[in-house]
Amino acid sequence: MFKVNGTEHSLDGIDPATPLLWVLRDTLGLVGAKYGCGIAQCGACTVQLNGVPIRACSTPISAIDGQSITTIEGLAAPDGKLHALQQAWIDYDVAQCGYCQAGQLMSAAALLKDKPAPTDADIDQAMAGHICRCGTYTRIRQAIYAAAKGGVA
Amino acid sequence: MTFSADAYFAEVMGEFEASPRASAIHFSRRSILKLSGAAGAGLILAFTLGPVTEAAAAAMSAKDFAPNAFLRVSPDGSILIYAHRPEIGQGIKTAVPLIVAEEMDAAWADVKVEQAPINTALYGRQSAGGSTSIPTSWDQLRQAGAAARSMLITAAAKKWGVPVSECTTADSAVAHAASKRQLRYGELALAAAALPVPDVKTLTLKTRAQYRLLGNRFTGVDNLKVVTGQPLFGIDQAMPGMLYAVYEKCPAVGGKVISANLDHIKTLPGVKDAFILEGNGVTSDVMPGVAIVADSTWNAFKAKAALQVNWDESKASKDSWTKLQAEAKKIAKQAGAENITKSGDVDAALKGAAKTLEAFYSYPFVPHATLEPQNTTAWFKGDSIELWAPTQTPERAITQVAKLLNLPENRVTLNQTRAGGGFGRRLVNDPCCEAAVIAQRVNAPVKLTWTREDDMRHDFYRPGGFHQFTAGLDAAGKLVGWKVHFITFSSDGKTPVAGGNIPAAEFPLPLVAHGELTQSMLPLMTPCGAWRAPRSNAIAFATQSFIHELAVAAGRDHLEFLLEILGEPRHIPPATSAALNTGRAAAVIKLAAEKAGWGKPLPQGHGLGLAFYFSHAGHFAEVAEVSVDAQKRVTIHNVVMAGDIGPIINMSGAENQCQGGIIDGLSTMMNLQVGIENGRVIEGNFTEYPILRINKAPPKIEVHFIQSDNTPTGVGEPALPPVAPAIANAIFAASGIRVRSLPLRNEGLTV
Repeated sequence: MFKVNGTEHSLDGIDPATPLLWVLRDTLGLVGAKYGCGIAQCGACTVQLNGVPIRACSTPISAIDGQSITTIEGLAAPDGKLHALQQAWIDYDVAQCGYCQAGQLMSAAALLKDKPAPTDADIDQAMAGHICRCGTYTRIRQAIYAAAKGGVA
Repeated sequence: MTFSADAYFAEVMGEFEASPRASAIHFSRRSILKLSGAAGAGLILAFTLGPVTEAAAAAMSAKDFAPNAFLRVSPDGSILIYAHRPEIGQGIKTAVPLIVAEEMDAAWADVKVEQAPINTALYGRQSAGGSTSIPTSWDQLRQAGAAARSMLITAAAKKWGVPVSECTTADSAVAHAASKRQLRYGELALAAAALPVPDVKTLTLKTRAQYRLLGNRFTGVDNLKVVTGQPLFGIDQAMPGMLYAVYEKCPAVGGKVISANLDHIKTLPGVKDAFILEGNGVTSDVMPGVAIVADSTWNAFKAKAALQVNWDESKASKDSWTKLQAEAKKIAKQAGAENITKSGDVDAALKGAAKTLEAFYSYPFVPHATLEPQNTTAWFKGDSIELWAPTQTPERAITQVAKLLNLPENRVTLNQTRAGGGFGRRLVNDPCCEAAVIAQRVNAPVKLTWTREDDMRHDFYRPGGFHQFTAGLDAAGKLVGWKVHFITFSSDGKTPVAGGNIPAAEFPLPLVAHGELTQSMLPLMTPCGAWRAPRSNAIAFATQSFIHELAVAAGRDHLEFLLEILGEPRHIPPATSAALNTGRAAAVIKLAAEKAGWGKPLPQGHGLGLAFYFSHAGHFAEVAEVSVDAQKRVTIHNVVMAGDIGPIINMSGAENQCQGGIIDGLSTMMNLQVGIENGRVIEGNFTEYPILRINKAPPKIEVHFIQSDNTPTGVGEPALPPVAPAIANAIFAASGIRVRSLPLRNEGLTV
């Protein structure tokens, strides 16, 4: 068993070596986490395992037995209120193609939980695992600062 | 034997280059048509390029009115606008509706946006490339909005029994100030729909001063879906019973399948089928390979890793980048085999020069590396096929698939999805064609997904290239002669590879009295293509760096030297809006220099570098401030850009494109390349292709625009070319290190 965004799912019948990414995308129909490289280099597949960002493309499903996963689909509050970062991403029009942004947001959310007032160095460290092919880094940084200023739980 | 897609690109890029920038279009050549939809649907307008074709008329008279129009005002007040070009991250899905909404005086909050169906009879060209979507749609979209406004205002005037001239529009409503009456567009929709569509010649389009929306900042229309992870992209498509496919092609282009361990593959978990496809041998369609169809992406990927194929490489590429580089160096100092352009007497000018300078510049092959790997979902239904594809050329995909499957084009439906990056890669529909051919063998919807390695090794690359420059300066340090031997590649021995040509009017040739451009072509089989700002992205580095070298050799200020080359404000022939205008060029150069504090005292070890480039009808200048430490580590402190693309549609989107283009250019110049040996592209994933990350991105990128009444032109590409030479020139200013070969990491410089 494992939880995704609060809902329990069974691991029965799934090859334990299957990366979490493909269980999310192909089995559970949660396509927010993206395939970009398959080797934990680009960060497009990032989700949170018990609040810690992980690369779903390189995490076998066996490793999350009994654990709790949050994906981009579960980042907003249950009542639909967007996370401060999601709102900042919209306000600052961060995305270009948008493909990497779900992963970026999951790392940024973990960062702010850990460090509500991050420095440039904190942002560099937390976000350097992600590739944005469109080069939206300037706005990602701006949006993280904006969300931090707004106060993130 | 050629496996290039050069002919394909010649057609695609030819179309873009031939596209009229809007100022060249006459109103009389357009038609705006009202759709006769079902009762209660409100006002619907469709508009087409040129005379109404039979097909367009048929499509528009259909009882099922949705969704074959650009614009729809519903009685409930909602305004639906269809964006007719592919969204690849360039922001067109937001920009197109903004233009319509502006002219119709719609409140942006009332506007809903949907991706238009692919129907060129209704929409005209629907491809996205060459930064042409805005200029070629500008009049079309403004007329659609203005026609809607005209009908709505007429409907209100009629209802009130007042002259139209006494009515005004704003925020999705018509007002009559004298009687203090107002009607919302929704309330007028049915009445407006009953009115005749006005002749486009009677429409008055707004002047720039009247804009309420354009030029302001708008967040992308899909942003909520992006930040909540909703399905948007090609790779996100899912449907009941869908299967998952992979496709293995020969690592050296042109190889054919002799045999494969299909029996073993078919025993692997989840594998439904595995088969060899001969393909049609065309890289932009379907090359030979092995398809595996499975019940999940992961099972398909795993089976692909276990696949063993014997390739017949007798006719396959043996290209070697190492050998090609050596060959280019060997012939560089000779004159090129072919004369591209010649003016004056360059040899005499160089002989008489007070000083001459020579330099050899080079740059490597690069893949597009869109973050969303190539993919397409296809569902073959016997006598028809439906596709879901993140393509830049949807209408071409339909034609290609119809031909491959021997279906009439009206039996091919293509659903345009959002694309996770384009950069020119998705101008080619090879994934779409492969998916279609695989789907023909599978009795179910099937999603073809390329692995990252497939994506990097089966691309249409930005070709590498070489420039051998010789230039002369007179005693006053004025440029008196400019000679280039450009070494590129050819797949057929006759024409340069796609994206590897150089125009006769390449800067600064039209501006010097004595100039010469010759060209040599080395044989190449590796497919090449259009990579963000094709040819300009590389030529700018060589040319604008060498101009700086000359300024230094002349002991002159680079800014002043560059402005002197540009000379008096004038259009360089042909004098169209898509041609270089030296006045606009000088203006952006001066603005970038001023904003960057050109000439100001800098901290110890810092240097400023300047570069200008004109591409895709956009005039762009950039100034970079960098420092270089003793370990040759480069720090980019700031990049200041000034651009002139006419009026800005969406300030947020335009700035984003420029900042992204600058980061893309920086990333590519510092670190990116692929090697090719024995016909094989060596790099396969981001470990070997280290795209710039946030911790190395410049903390500041300042974007300035000179807005004018010129027709707006595209912004997806033209900010990119000047950044590499600006940074290279800044590196020289800061450290005395002159870089003439990309990427810089090969020269020991790191960022």
